[in-house]
Amino acid sequence: MPRDYSAIIILGLFVIANGILMIGASHLLSATRRTATKIAPYESGMPVLGSARERFSVKFYLVAMLFIVFDIEAVFMIPWAAGFRQLEGMRGLLLIEMLVFVGILAIGYIYVWKRGALEWD
Amino acid sequence: MTPELKGFIVLTVVKMLVVFTITLVGVALLTLLERKVSAWMQNRRGPNRVGYAGLLQPAADGLKNIIKEETLPDEANKILFMLAPLLSFVPALMLAAVIPFAAPLPVAFDFSLPVLGRFVHDGLVPMVVADLPVGFLFVLAISSLGVYGIALAGWSSNSKYSLLGGLRASAQMVSYEVPLGLSIIPVILLSGNVSFGAIITEQQTGLWYVLPLFFAFFLFFVSGFAETNRLPFDMPEAESELIAGYHTEYSAMKFSMFFIAEYANIVTVAAMTAALFFGGWDIPFTRWDQTPGLPQTLASGLFMFGKTMSFVFVVMWVRWTLPRFRYDQLMSLGWKFMLPLGLVYVMLIGSAVWLIENMLGVGSPVTRGFLLFGLNLGLGYLIFFIIDRGHVVRGSTARPEAVH
Repeated sequence: MPRDYSAIIILGLFVIANGILMIGASHLLSATRRTATKIAPYESGMPVLGSARERFSVKFYLVAMLFIVFDIEAVFMIPWAAGFRQLEGMRGLLLIEMLVFVGILAIGYIYVWKRGALEWD
Repeated sequence: MTPELKGFIVLTVVKMLVVFTITLVGVALLTLLERKVSAWMQNRRGPNRVGYAGLLQPAADGLKNIIKEETLPDEANKILFMLAPLLSFVPALMLAAVIPFAAPLPVAFDFSLPVLGRFVHDGLVPMVVADLPVGFLFVLAISSLGVYGIALAGWSSNSKYSLLGGLRASAQMVSYEVPLGLSIIPVILLSGNVSFGAIITEQQTGLWYVLPLFFAFFLFFVSGFAETNRLPFDMPEAESELIAGYHTEYSAMKFSMFFIAEYANIVTVAAMTAALFFGGWDIPFTRWDQTPGLPQTLASGLFMFGKTMSFVFVVMWVRWTLPRFRYDQLMSLGWKFMLPLGLVYVMLIGSAVWLIENMLGVGSPVTRGFLLFGLNLGLGYLIFFIIDRGHVVRGSTARPEAVH
């Protein structure tokens, strides 16, 4: 029912209001005394060395890209799975379809693995 | 607005307040429970000074966190730094909305208020804040949003520990989302529906899905640990390496909000495990709970609570049982073991359902469930004794020649 989604909107607004209220209450009630050492980035008590805005490993980008491919694939499978139960007469065909899909995906997966995209060193 | 719509909104607000209060109070009590369970497992007392047996400790902690000084690092990106706790808090508390927590309750009322007018409702009320037809898709969508809060917290703090924690957390949560999504597909395949209500109804007529889909349960629960950043996957805040990970620079309420989000996520994962694989609010070995009524709603709610809390306990138990993974091991477990296992399992269950129902002509869900359970036993034997050669089961991978 479409009106069920209105419950999500009500809940969302309520949760956001609560979050702002909590941060706001803490902001108003807390004492603030800023000192130079307190507002410096924490580095185990040592003087700060360099900036944190440095380049980081390309692996993290690679994981994000692989995630998109495989997560979309999981999302594609959801309507297939729901249909598999309901379309009783077509199950053989549906299975072959999904085997082809997973097969293509498996080729990509093996390629990614062999190229070393899944290795962390 | 029609009186029916107003009645619906009143009911929604009541259910929402109930769920929200239970979640927040539950999260507060969980912080105490976590410390008590840890203490119990390490043979010490845990918090016992504030209130009777330390029961008021969460209240004292909460109060302390509100009145503590907020620090705002000089080099931080101020707007994102303030926004990040909210971004991880909001999705965590919204997830609970689609999980049914008790049997439907028949409610009938018809009253009028001076300004607002007439409110009418008559019929069954599903005990879930939003009975969405998309059910699990909502969970997948909203739980992914939690990554933004953590990644932004890590980046905007402009501190090296935070950045590393944020990066690790986002890579880990993103990686384990794939097995999480895959593990749910066999459930949809058996129930034919993505809504939690329908999945629970299916389990009432047949077996709880933990038996026919044991490996899906395994994948789901393990990915759940990684998604909530709990040990053995708590790389993002590994204390011995990264101080506190992505929330190193946070203090006062903003720090608390990350904690609330983490514990709310644990409760949600436990509740989802109960709903998807352990029958949700279903009371086992009786059909009494399927006729709507107030006692049934209360009893089934109690059962749901019990199931959820037992999984929460398992999460805390595992914390003191397993050591932390190394980061490369974590990634290879996700990408090289759980992802292929998930894919193979989906195809296996699909073929088995086709074989059992279309070829053998088995109609009863209970028989089908037991046949699939046999398949799981076979798969378990294959994985643990042939591929792994019994190393995990024996609890050691050390071979004689490796000891020297």
